[in-house]
Amino acid sequence: MVSDIKVEIFKGENGQGDFVAYEVPRLESQTVLDVVTYIQRKLDPALAYRFACRVGMCGSCAMMVNNRPRWTCRTHVEEVVKQGQLKIAPLRNLPHIRDLATDMAPFFDKMQKAGGCFVADATVPQHMLEIDPLSAARQEVDAGIECIGCAVCYAACDVAAWKADYVGPAALNRAWTLVKDERVADVNWYLKQVALDGGCTSCHTQGACSVHCPKSLNPSRSIAGLKQAMANAFLKGVL
Amino acid sequence: MKQLVESRAHVAYVAFVVHRLSGISLAVFLPVHFLVLGLVIESTAALDGFIAWTDQPLVKAAEAILIVLLCVHLAGGLRLLLIEFVVWNDRQKLFISGGFAISLAIGLLFLLNG
Repeated sequence: MVSDIKVEIFKGENGQGDFVAYEVPRLESQTVLDVVTYIQRKLDPALAYRFACRVGMCGSCAMMVNNRPRWTCRTHVEEVVKQGQLKIAPLRNLPHIRDLATDMAPFFDKMQKAGGCFVADATVPQHMLEIDPLSAARQEVDAGIECIGCAVCYAACDVAAWKADYVGPAALNRAWTLVKDERVADVNWYLKQVALDGGCTSCHTQGACSVHCPKSLNPSRSIAGLKQAMANAFLKGVL
Repeated sequence: MKQLVESRAHVAYVAFVVHRLSGISLAVFLPVHFLVLGLVIESTAALDGFIAWTDQPLVKAAEAILIVLLCVHLAGGLRLLLIEFVVWNDRQKLFISGGFAISLAIGLLFLLNG
């Protein structure tokens, strides 16, 4: 490959700044993260961005690529380049730190707020539960448990942009995997957490989370499941 | 930082926007509807006069749009009630596009019968 890619990268601090243009050689099987790394190593050593594993496991390299949130380490340039151009910006809906780095703290704080911690039944050591991997409940947990916490769904979500206290699709997906987990001590506690303002009832089922999840998870389905479980608990008088 | 967003270009987002806009349009229409029905309190002639006025082609077209809005809002609402209170189904695109198609067909039938 001989042509260059025209890359525009947002540079600045705390939301203030502008796009800066670079030219990067086009290579075979090149990822967007490769492009950003090339710019930092060869053209602009001061460029701030975040990555770790480079293989789609750590969830730290997500950015806005041509106005869509994506994991950059597993996004090939050829999939997203438009007329030889790439526009790369920090993830939407999160506080901006510098250049392509955002503050992920609110994203993980909201996971905790939605009841994202596993609290096992205290009797488990005495009565070890046998979990059938083929049971319907476990299959539902398995469908949502591969989240890597990359915040792509959170950046794609308009409700997260409009409503500051909305916990977001990843946090609710996590809560759903715990609600369906037979080992947790108190399912109703999780349902109470997601029933709070900014919880699952704030979701408008726009579906951007499911469309953009790089792991092909379906947070919309998880949130709909939480709404069902919440309504059932309410009708039974436990909420 | 203001960002241009293209993550809305998918069918579920279109369904969300259509559901909101049709809901707002129906909310605006309802008071006018009740106002027209209230004409009968003054005199039946006033209502008859208004009904005769609605026979104009442009008003008929507006009525067809209204029927499509009503159907599309109903279909969208039923879809949401189904997935949020009964059971999830992965064929959401089919449900959404089916709801749009049936709503348009009903509007067309209204025009053809008018």
